[in-house]
Amino acid sequence: MTVKIPVVQKILSANDKLAEENREILENAGVFGINLMASPGAGKTSLIEQTLPLLTTTFRVAVVDGDIATSIDADRAAAAGAVAVQVNTGGECHLDAVMLYNALRELDLTKIDLLIVENVGNLVCPANFQLGTHKNVLIASIPEGDDKPYKYPGMYRGVDALVINKIDLLPYIPFKMDYFRKGVELLNPGLETFPVSCQTQEGIDAWVGWIRSLIKK
Amino acid sequence: MHELPVTQSVLDLAVQYGEQANATLVTDLYLVIGQLSSIVDDSIQFYWDMLAENTICEGATLHFERLPAILDCQECGTEYTLERELKLCPTCQSNNVVVRQGEEFRLDSIEIQREQETVP
Repeated sequence: MTVKIPVVQKILSANDKLAEENREILENAGVFGINLMASPGAGKTSLIEQTLPLLTTTFRVAVVDGDIATSIDADRAAAAGAVAVQVNTGGECHLDAVMLYNALRELDLTKIDLLIVENVGNLVCPANFQLGTHKNVLIASIPEGDDKPYKYPGMYRGVDALVINKIDLLPYIPFKMDYFRKGVELLNPGLETFPVSCQTQEGIDAWVGWIRSLIKK
Repeated sequence: MHELPVTQSVLDLAVQYGEQANATLVTDLYLVIGQLSSIVDDSIQFYWDMLAENTICEGATLHFERLPAILDCQECGTEYTLERELKLCPTCQSNNVVVRQGEEFRLDSIEIQREQETVP
């Protein structure tokens, strides 16, 4: 005889729970955490490189870099003035709360004000795995095309801010900004948006200003 | 690719609730997956057979209930269902909409067997 047992649990509740713990660890140490997500090549590392010099004058910044292999991105972050920790996911397509938990243990959080997590380049999976950071940020880039919000709704739903990178390429690429923004608004009404170019530095000040306004010092 | 850790989470939950209920065997799992949750049920099934081996869930059947995405227009009150891709409110073309359903991803219930209690 079989018996039916009600469960009614979110399947990723274990990850969510550890994400809450990560948040507490960050809170207790007075560290503000940002999770940067984007597809490969959207400019996560480039944005970090542009952002760091403007922040490290006031804040102590650490970068946790998620990659399937290699430490190229962590090396670039370190060169730009941050304490960098590389997390190789060994094939996993996203960072999860366990990986961030382990990375946090490698850092002296008392010496950090801002933690930037560079997630694995991917426009699907990271959205499902909360890390415990204070803000989730998505970077879209012009060459990816204006249809991405429609194709990857999960990513656009779960974020607190959107950086639109490579706007210097707008004259060369058929990218309908209206269509793109309509999709974004549909998924995430009133989403904070920062159009930038890591090449020309256009818009970087506004983005950095937003981060500054979030960190309590 | 992330269906592997996802499937592991499903298994962990089922084993946990099964053991709490003194199950000797979990025979069925009832999963609810919203259209917007980007989870592929075929992949979960694929990993399931590998992961569930040698647990109380071995051989259990996965049942997937797919929920369509339902949106509420905040301007004119129209409620509409998404077919495939995202679209504006079909009545007033507004993009001021709220997702009411479609992001679910949960284990609703399991069916288990217990050791037959022998009556003396």
